[in-house]
Amino acid sequence: MHSEFLMGNAAIALGALAAGLDLVSGYPGTPSTETLENVAKYKTKGTYVEWSVNEKSAMEVAAGAAYAGARTMVTMKQVGLNVASDPLMSLEYIGVKGGMVVLVADDPGPISSQTEQDTRHFSYFSKLPCFDPTSVQEAYDMIQEAFEYSEKYGTPVFFRPTTRICHAYASIDVKDPDEYKVNKPEGFVKDSKRWVIFPRLSFANHKKIVARNEDLSDVFSDYKRNEILFSGDGKKGIAAGGISYALAREALKGREDVRVLKVATPHPFPEKLAVAFLQGLTEVLCLEELDPVIERELIFVAGKYGLPVKIRGKLTHDTACAGENSLDLVRKYVENFAGSAESSDEEAAASNAEQTKGPGLEADLPSAQQTKGPGSKADLPSAQQTKGPGSEAELPSAPDTPVRPPVLCAGCPHRASFYAVKVAMKGKKTIFCGDIGCYTLGNAMPLDMCDTCLCMGAGINIAQGVFRIEPDTKAFAFVGDSTFFASAITGIINAVYNQAEMTVVILDNSTTAMTGHQPHPGTGKTMMGDVVSKVSIEAVLRGIGLSFVETVDPLDHKAAVDVVRRAAAEPGVKAIIYKSPCVAITKPQGLMAVDQEKCIGCKRCIREIGCPGIIIDDGKVKIDDSLCTGCGLCAQLCPTGAIGGVAR
Amino acid sequence: MIRNIVLCGVGGQGTVLASKLLAAAAMEKGYKVMSAETIGMAQRGGNVFSNIRISDGEEIFAPMIGHGEADLILGFEPGETVRMLPFLKKDGFVITNNRAIKPTTATLTGSTYGAEPMLAYLRKVLDPEHLLVVDGDREAAKLGNPRVLNVVLLGAAVRTGATGLTEENVLSVMDKVVKERFVELNKKAFLLTGEEDSRED
Repeated sequence: MHSEFLMGNAAIALGALAAGLDLVSGYPGTPSTETLENVAKYKTKGTYVEWSVNEKSAMEVAAGAAYAGARTMVTMKQVGLNVASDPLMSLEYIGVKGGMVVLVADDPGPISSQTEQDTRHFSYFSKLPCFDPTSVQEAYDMIQEAFEYSEKYGTPVFFRPTTRICHAYASIDVKDPDEYKVNKPEGFVKDSKRWVIFPRLSFANHKKIVARNEDLSDVFSDYKRNEILFSGDGKKGIAAGGISYALAREALKGREDVRVLKVATPHPFPEKLAVAFLQGLTEVLCLEELDPVIERELIFVAGKYGLPVKIRGKLTHDTACAGENSLDLVRKYVENFAGSAESSDEEAAASNAEQTKGPGLEADLPSAQQTKGPGSKADLPSAQQTKGPGSEAELPSAPDTPVRPPVLCAGCPHRASFYAVKVAMKGKKTIFCGDIGCYTLGNAMPLDMCDTCLCMGAGINIAQGVFRIEPDTKAFAFVGDSTFFASAITGIINAVYNQAEMTVVILDNSTTAMTGHQPHPGTGKTMMGDVVSKVSIEAVLRGIGLSFVETVDPLDHKAAVDVVRRAAAEPGVKAIIYKSPCVAITKPQGLMAVDQEKCIGCKRCIREIGCPGIIIDDGKVKIDDSLCTGCGLCAQLCPTGAIGGVAR
Repeated sequence: MIRNIVLCGVGGQGTVLASKLLAAAAMEKGYKVMSAETIGMAQRGGNVFSNIRISDGEEIFAPMIGHGEADLILGFEPGETVRMLPFLKKDGFVITNNRAIKPTTATLTGSTYGAEPMLAYLRKVLDPEHLLVVDGDREAAKLGNPRVLNVVLLGAAVRTGATGLTEENVLSVMDKVVKERFVELNKKAFLLTGEEDSRED
């Protein structure tokens, strides 16, 4: 045992390794990505690690290995689970032999996701047990226990950290490698009655699963990580899970007048423990992010056992229905519910009196509108909204702090690709369907080249749908290289088979950039460090039957525009592969400079492409040396030829 | 007791390394550490922050810091320092770099943004004993490497005493956190502002 300062995701990886992990598979997605990367970094024995082509593949690979008795983990973000839900929902009925942890990281806020979906619902839906850690240390310890439960009950289990666990750091106690469990997979044992899903088997196993979960509810009532803290005043209680539990403990520091229920396994819900918690209480506040899962469970328990207790939370508008919980927010919730630590007695009396007014009269409680979480960019704590230090009255208001929206990097080849299509299609009726990745940022002004964005791979089919209703629209779908392999290929086959008219634009920067540069089938590298043959996007497209497939360097502006015009003039499904590596993983190819003699100050370079490397200094257009990569796009559109390459 | 520290700046300025050094130094002293930081969309060119909580024994549950709870704000960029000011405790300490980094969109929107209004505001609301404005870029330039700005500022922060750590604590963990070939450079950078009065004014 020793102490280390670890990111939550690294702690999860080390915990899984300590549990004897044999295989991990996954698909990158914030905030889950570093779990798999840290397994690869820290593994001491022959643990197999792979970035799979998408979450469905990853889930099936991990399941197969667990069929063979291996301890396996599959990692993804919450929206990735939607992709993997097909195998998951059936796997529930089949079960596993080796321990299998389905790690799904949720993203309250959302900070870097399309949805605020709650994987605890998926746990209820799929009937798989769910472990929900409240700290980095607990994540490390709990994932080892999750493997034990999984193996003991022969079922995959969910492990569901959220962003503030995944990306938090803490000094924690971890095992030394010689203390790690060693697992020796027995291998796959043929038994078609066990491993082949048929309606009769599903019926039989459905009954077993329901019985098992009733059993697990009792087992989890005794699980040490589900617990009741403080006897309290016997009237008020707070129930919490995940990071909200940690925030509640901070808010309750120094007081024990409120009973606390910590929920580490939201499913199966520890019902007996919940009954013990609710016993005698008149009011309970639930603190959790995303959906009111604990809240609904407690309402259910209170109803089932006829307990006269009012359960408060998201459903009663006492807490915000969306967004992250901050420490400030939780302090406010706790104070509104149970008063401040000093005045808790009188506040409690007042609150009790208020409760008798019944529902709908809770004007003094924070409403969702008043308490928007700080997750979304627009809601970050700004100096204007929040008073500075010291006495509030005497402070002058702060000057406006700069807004720093995410933008495509200086030199990003996606900028050149979008600009080429924009120039080529100017004045035509078009739709530009975007997708998930850095290139979603193509929506920003002045490019404004992302009309739709839904989920991984959707743009290709959305474009077809628009084309069906408006055949005179030139439909374009943009997709990155990693997304192409993950979920674009079937959409392109659909377009070819159904005779759609569209242009697929593949933005191939030779990496999975947004999540931190993971390898994919087109890169020729694997997570095991092997160099393998690259899967050719062009060959895949030709194999599907596209005859117009052209690979062009987007930084050659004239050629990049020309190929779009030719593609748009052709019938059927066409593909353009704009190939140029991500600037974050390649050395700058040069440096641009503005010849102030030639520059007429028209600012065309700034207005057209919005590159952060072009700045105005003292009224003059200049290149920011620290950002410029020498891509040369600006030089190609300068009307006076004032921008050119210089020595770096 | 718990020391709460907020580090803030713009993606790419090296706040993450600075927070790792603080954490490693605190652990070396036997303290417990928790931290939370921005990762993801906000990284490049966006505003970034780290919350670092160091405890000599008092229980810490969450890695996040609330408004009015930071003992120290170490700002790598004046506008970001102002943005995080609500987190400062009464009588808390602020150290800020003096160079403004224009948002990458400033040129497009034509917005003017500079360091002076931010620094003027800080000087107005904080008393001189609790504010240190550092010309960190000038200091870093002395070593010929602008990338050591983070460690230059960290040195200034540690010397205020607000972190509960000493220069020796941080220097002793430098080789564990920083790549070997940069250890000496960073040690020099860490000690830079201690050599002379490097206040900007």
